[in-house]
Amino acid sequence: MAKYLMLKHYRMSSDLMNYTPMDQWSPDEVDAHMAYMNAFADKLKDSGEFVDSQALSPEGTFVQSGGPGKPPVTDGPFPETKDLIAGWMVIDVENYDRALELAGELSAAPGKGGEPINEWLELRPFLDHAPSVDE
Amino acid sequence: MIDPDPLAEAELRELVPAVIGILVSRGADFATAEDAVQDALIEALRSWPSDPPRDRRGWLVTVAWRKFLDIVRSEGSRVKREERVMAATLAEPETSAESGDDGVPNVDDTLDLYVLCAHPDLSPASAVALTLLAVGGLTTKQIAAAYMVPESTMAQRISRAKSTIAGSRLNRPGDLSSVLTTLYLVFNEGHSGDVDLVAEAIRLTRSLRAMIDSAEVDGLLALMLLHHARRDARFGPDGRLIALADQDRTLWDRRLIVEGIEILQAALGRDELGQYQAQAAIAALHADAQTVEDTDWVQIVQWYDELLALRDTPIVRLNRAVAVGESDGPGAGLAELRGLDESLPRYFAVEAHLRERAGESQRAAELYVRAAERAGSVAERDHLNRQAARVRSGQGHRP
Repeated sequence: MAKYLMLKHYRMSSDLMNYTPMDQWSPDEVDAHMAYMNAFADKLKDSGEFVDSQALSPEGTFVQSGGPGKPPVTDGPFPETKDLIAGWMVIDVENYDRALELAGELSAAPGKGGEPINEWLELRPFLDHAPSVDE
Repeated sequence: MIDPDPLAEAELRELVPAVIGILVSRGADFATAEDAVQDALIEALRSWPSDPPRDRRGWLVTVAWRKFLDIVRSEGSRVKREERVMAATLAEPETSAESGDDGVPNVDDTLDLYVLCAHPDLSPASAVALTLLAVGGLTTKQIAAAYMVPESTMAQRISRAKSTIAGSRLNRPGDLSSVLTTLYLVFNEGHSGDVDLVAEAIRLTRSLRAMIDSAEVDGLLALMLLHHARRDARFGPDGRLIALADQDRTLWDRRLIVEGIEILQAALGRDELGQYQAQAAIAALHADAQTVEDTDWVQIVQWYDELLALRDTPIVRLNRAVAVGESDGPGAGLAELRGLDESLPRYFAVEAHLRERAGESQRAAELYVRAAERAGSVAERDHLNRQAARVRSGQGHRP
């Protein structure tokens, strides 16, 4: 089995985001979108492939060490970082093809007019522990 | 398990497959038998500390059978009830009928259980989970922790695996090779959580070997022991990965090496060569070398040829290229890489190593970086980045 992170972005640069943003959907369309996401997670729980799912607030703070004995420095949000992480789902699946299949399915969540948004999801493998064989 | 005493827990776990086997031989379906034994284990852990039974296995069989009947009686589904009613209406056999006067476990039932849990209809991950549960006697919680998934996810995986094999009977002759594949997968998972999967794989392979006469089971056990012998040398005090060539060989466990080589030699003497024996032979040649310079690379290449004849995979070819690079020089090793797909795991790591040996430091450093970007684990990634840094700073291979 292999663990993958499916990363969902809030907004990507406009050439990558080719669907109507959620704030322009009707409440029912938002509900349908959420129901799709929940049903997707439930399906993975049932198939024994679900590990974790979390959503993140769009508001965040950039933090940097202020040096020895000084409080940390905060800044941001930086206007130039357009790409925000909206949330993620972690799956544990048999192979890469299965991960692709699931990411494709999640990407097709319904949006405006009930049409699949087909958003870009980022799929990244976990670095697991080292195997027990070293030749 | 909830028992704080690990020894008692280990003893209890060893009884699990035999007890499941007895319930199934009485007519219970596997899935319910497994549930019943889990329930009986919980009761054992509760009552044994204050009231230890004289015949622990007999006690478990009796209690698990009672639990089985409870489950069948309380089962709401009519269909399932019909499936189970045959078993439930059987009179409970005399305990002595299967536990035997000498208390020897019922070997055939346990062997059949290994085969059932590695059923070819199961995905590898399901076979692993089911084997650890029913043959290894681990709890769902322990298996979930070992594979770092939520307990509910592992429970679901196990439940689906049980349904997949619901129609299979224990006494069907199965494919031993899928059992060996499953055990080797457990071994390769290493150790995480509070369960040492390497130790568990070795224990289960030892137990399998006691039940069946097979050169390949011997070969797999030898392979595991020879790799396990190097465990203490494979990681530095700070947890960093140490390549085979750089390991402190005095840290290798000679006792395990001797045992592995003895088992392997006896297996090879039977002239029934298989992939695990061939892999163990390669591990044994490494184990035999007092220093890395003493390594008999020519013989290792010969064993890779044997392995290729048995199982021609790109991974075997890649590993063979490393051995060829050592026996015939890096140019020959690089020639072996031609025709292999760059997307193979560790391809760039192998090429980097060969380029470095060929004196192409600049190219080697670039390849180590590429290999690090594609590493499958943090330890491997850090190791490869360290290799790139070492080559760039102009240091030789072994500091």
